[in-house]
Amino acid sequence: MMQRTLAVVSAGLSQPSSTRLLADQIAAAAVQKAAGSAIELTVRVIELRDLAHDIANHLLTGFPPAALKEALDTVEAADALVAVTPIFTASYSGLFKSFFDVLDKDALADKPVLIAATAGTARHSLSLEHALRPLFAYLRATVVLTAVFAAADDWGADSADGPLRSRIDRAAGELAREIERRDPVSVTDPFALTVNFEDLLRNP
Amino acid sequence: MQFGIFSVSDVTADPTTGQTPTEAQRIKDIVTIAKHAEEVGLDVFALGEHHNEPFFSSSPTTTLAYIAAQTSTLQLSTATTLITTNDPVKIAEDFAMLQHLSDGRVDLMLGRGNTGPVYPWFGKDIRAGIPLAIENYSLLHKLWREHTVDWQGKFRTPLQSFTSTPRPLDDVPPFVWHGSIRSPEIAEQAAFYGDGFFANHIFWPASHTQRMIALYRQRFAHYGHGDPDQAIVGLGGQVFMHKNSQDAVKEFRPYFDNAPVYGHGPSLEDFTRETPLTVGSPQQVIDRTLGFRDYVGDYQRQLFLMDHAGLPLKTVLEQLDLLGSEVVPVLRKEFDALRPAHVPDAPTHASMMQKMVNA
Repeated sequence: MMQRTLAVVSAGLSQPSSTRLLADQIAAAAVQKAAGSAIELTVRVIELRDLAHDIANHLLTGFPPAALKEALDTVEAADALVAVTPIFTASYSGLFKSFFDVLDKDALADKPVLIAATAGTARHSLSLEHALRPLFAYLRATVVLTAVFAAADDWGADSADGPLRSRIDRAAGELAREIERRDPVSVTDPFALTVNFEDLLRNP
Repeated sequence: MQFGIFSVSDVTADPTTGQTPTEAQRIKDIVTIAKHAEEVGLDVFALGEHHNEPFFSSSPTTTLAYIAAQTSTLQLSTATTLITTNDPVKIAEDFAMLQHLSDGRVDLMLGRGNTGPVYPWFGKDIRAGIPLAIENYSLLHKLWREHTVDWQGKFRTPLQSFTSTPRPLDDVPPFVWHGSIRSPEIAEQAAFYGDGFFANHIFWPASHTQRMIALYRQRFAHYGHGDPDQAIVGLGGQVFMHKNSQDAVKEFRPYFDNAPVYGHGPSLEDFTRETPLTVGSPQQVIDRTLGFRDYVGDYQRQLFLMDHAGLPLKTVLEQLDLLGSEVVPVLRKEFDALRPAHVPDAPTHASMMQKMVNA
């Protein structure tokens, strides 16, 4: 089995939240699909609620407190990302956006990302396409084609094997294939010298 | 080891009274603060450079020359001088002039500046910050060491048969520190020339400072200037003291909570844990400062930020009294006792002249 890691960012605010519930279902499906390709996926969940103060402080001071630093490093070092937000006022939540605002702009480059969202009704579902997908496109992530949206009524008992389940499985399968196609992620050290000073001096 | 203070020259309202000093008052106050630094036995006063409100210090060498005239031992420095947006020719001229007027009591710290609009105001592009710092400094370095300079670069009009005047005092260029928070290229630049490296330290977790200093030391040795522990390192620090530590916290909290940069963000307690900020008794400041050595090694210069965030002049002077009477004498003794003989002091005009004579 190949070893890979999956970071899961959940921006749900209530505890427990339907956003986290969706995140966990997607993560479980991804683990299962990856196992089918002989990949053992280790899941690391990041609850943004726990980091809300740290994220605001980072925006103000320019550096992350320790717990947030660990979360940012986890995302950067992961081989894939599941990003789940509640839809607030027709878009991702401010907390969700703020987390990606303080993430290094290169941290998601070519990383497979599965986007997902929750909301009260299905009227918000295209927020995934016109808000989340462009955000991750800007960060140069590889966003898998299937995005997963769950409205309140998707959690009904009669939909356990219904459309939501099948979208989760399809998206998780797409994510697993993108992980399988790639080498493991290696993180570059921001403090490492990458240039020869005498070259810089000759040709600034 | 040198101890001193550095000021960013902010004109900020005192949050406890709502009063904002005038620029005129604040400018006079900074002179009083610098003179008091000498009176209480500190070694260095360093002044920032800014080209936007609420800062007054657009012209540090003017201020430093005025201070030089009223002091006798104080080493005058900057924090920082903008190597990106200033013309290196003008830096060469201004600081050589200051050297003569101050009898050699001058060094400078170069920085890139992080205020976006300042670059276009001076016809530059912030995205070229590193290349500007590298090219401009290579010219500055040459202007102080070669009498007649022919030079051509990318960012400035070429020079033919140019001589920067006045020449450096005794032909000894001012010592240069390079300051950067997290650009390894600048640590490399300092190492390449065998110059000093200064870590701002105060707004950032210690891990940043540790990594940058370690890189600088390693590259300093790589370029043949000495062993890694002989590299010239300076650190920022930020303290507020009271005999009783709870009183220090109580008195400083409104200034912290409303300060530019970090105000309305993390709590005083969080920021104290995450950065070198120390608010407490003189003994706490001593213990914390001695602890810096654990992650950067023996170092040469410690500067404290003491006069920002609207703190009134009277308070700043009292803080300097505590620093000079209770903290620095102990730090001097303790650091000196810990430092091996082969680790040099920060270069001064006298020591660099001696070195030139010996060579």
